[in-house]
Amino acid sequence: MAIFLTEASKVIVQGMTGSEGTKHTTRMLAAGTRIVGGVNPRKAGTTQTFPTPDGDTDIPVFGSVAEAMAATGADVSVIFVPPAFAKAAVLEAIDAGMPLTVIITEGIPVADTAEFFTAAQAKGVRLIGPNCPGVISPGKSNVGITPADITGPGRIGLVSKSGTLTYQMMYELRDFGFSTCIGIGGDPIIGTTHIDALAAFEADPDTDAIVMIGEIGGDAEERAAAFIQANVTKPVVGYVAGFTAPEGKTMGHAGAIVSGSSGTAQAKKEALEAAGVTVGRTPSETAQLRRALHSARV
Amino acid sequence: MDLFEYQARDLFEKHGVPVLGGVVATTPEEAGAAAEKLGGGTVVVKAQVKTGGRGKAGGVKLAHSPAEAAEKAGEILGMDIKGHTVHRVMVAAGASIAEEYYVSLLLDRAERRYLAMASVEGGMEIEQLAVERPDALARVAVDPAVGIDAAKAAEIVATAGFDAETGPKVAEVLQQLWTVYHAEDATLVEVNPLVKTADGAIIALDGKVTLDDNAQFRHADHAELEDKAATDPLEAKAKEHDLNYVKLDGEVGIIGNGAGLVMSTLDVVAQAGERHGGVRPANFLDIGGGASAEIMAAGLDVILNDPQVKAVFVNVFGGITACDAVANGIVSALGILGDEATKPLVVRLDGNNVVEGRRILTEAAHPMVTLAETMDGGADRAAELANA
Repeated sequence: MAIFLTEASKVIVQGMTGSEGTKHTTRMLAAGTRIVGGVNPRKAGTTQTFPTPDGDTDIPVFGSVAEAMAATGADVSVIFVPPAFAKAAVLEAIDAGMPLTVIITEGIPVADTAEFFTAAQAKGVRLIGPNCPGVISPGKSNVGITPADITGPGRIGLVSKSGTLTYQMMYELRDFGFSTCIGIGGDPIIGTTHIDALAAFEADPDTDAIVMIGEIGGDAEERAAAFIQANVTKPVVGYVAGFTAPEGKTMGHAGAIVSGSSGTAQAKKEALEAAGVTVGRTPSETAQLRRALHSARV
Repeated sequence: MDLFEYQARDLFEKHGVPVLGGVVATTPEEAGAAAEKLGGGTVVVKAQVKTGGRGKAGGVKLAHSPAEAAEKAGEILGMDIKGHTVHRVMVAAGASIAEEYYVSLLLDRAERRYLAMASVEGGMEIEQLAVERPDALARVAVDPAVGIDAAKAAEIVATAGFDAETGPKVAEVLQQLWTVYHAEDATLVEVNPLVKTADGAIIALDGKVTLDDNAQFRHADHAELEDKAATDPLEAKAKEHDLNYVKLDGEVGIIGNGAGLVMSTLDVVAQAGERHGGVRPANFLDIGGGASAEIMAAGLDVILNDPQVKAVFVNVFGGITACDAVANGIVSALGILGDEATKPLVVRLDGNNVVEGRRILTEAAHPMVTLAETMDGGADRAAELANA
């Protein structure tokens, strides 16, 4: 099954004809993603040719998301447009009723995100991101920029704010494989939270265990801990990055800033442990904890 | 980006929020001239630092004449307030204060919308008020698609318990503050205190504004607000290359790709340091997702120029970043640095094109470079070398 994204998902790419969009569309196709179209009003009616493992393929370019959906039955959109144009692109997908929109773009003003998140809620559609690596259900489909060759399908679900830390954890547990890995993004406002992903993994019959990666800043991990305690029966292993980060300094992700006493890695670790989550001190220790849990169950 | 009070005051004035006259000064002479410009009467000389508690630290002083304003400015300039050196003061017109209130508008990350807060008990530390008397601090959700219109402003003042005479005036100010928040792409607008003067006027006496760095592309004027003097020289150099760098206080230089992985690398190095004489990470440096050889070289240049750094740990998981590009970056940076490359480098590469990346480094066989198989192993080796 996997969550949010399966082999049946039909994906369109907003920004496909740009350099980033072209590069990642090629990679997504190579990973087996069913890309059914791109969107660019100035190139509507044309096609763009991509290499795939089965030879070249022509992907149609549509003038709008609504047209692309009507013509292809697409149910996922992935957005690669630059920050200044991202809000319009996301709002277009929401207005068209796109069930899932994955926003890869980094550097979107938070006011824009607040606005399109509010619109998505009103319309009842899901956003993932912005500023995220996307979603991969290994062996089935890959939407975003996650390398598809790190690991294969398995029965662990992974949710993380960070891209490369997601890759690192996929790599550490590559012999297990994953049902779905979601990078939810590190911005202050994100469309899909740890809690949303945890709820979906809990409900997914193909996921047996969950790895959750958090980082300093905000209280998303503490809220996730409370959610796990009340709602999650599957084993959860956690990791929190940023024990060494000083207060008041932003560490890359807009969210990754510690101010005052709340939001520290230690506070998050304690909250997760209190909810029954085993928390590793490093990515490799976290992977070992996951292995130990697995051995104990088998 | 956090603004100084005087910058917040200027933005308030630009958007119609009632403020008192205020002039920034960097010398006692300028402060005297500023007091003269404000009418020559009573003024307040306020240290401009991006931290709280300056009043208690002696950074706010009353002056009754331009000469006294210059004298007080002389006392305040150069003062250290919680590690912040005072480089400028704001000379502000005096006011006769009848009552003090608190209002703010900020991002509510958990609820993914905005939050307005208001209290009729201003002037005190708001964190303290929130803990001790949470009922005295009204919290009202603000829909990002609507903002603070007349109805929302009325709701906020009613929830906070403003009286019938003051409420409508404060409501008007709240709508103006929304304009500041929205038009300037702020993530925080706080007024503490918002005051009522003896003659019943509402004035924003002190303001804190944080602007969204991501929105700079639509605010050309925001670049001028940056406090270049406060930026660490290495941080400034990193910024020139669009590198995400934060200077820390240890001995192990860190370079990685992706904020999460770099933060994690800091943690792993700090833990390794416990086994090696207590060495600590020297910095956070994220070369980003699509790092090229040039970016790698620029990053290494910044780190090797930090005199505190004794060893460097390069930890890259190639997603979009190809390990061969990272390896080429390291080799070319070492080539440019030549004999100046005197600090050992531990490099751990995994992911995209890792075999080619490792081959490039092995063939280059630079005497200062060691390849590590794992993140933990690399951190341990780098900490060991930094402690040597």
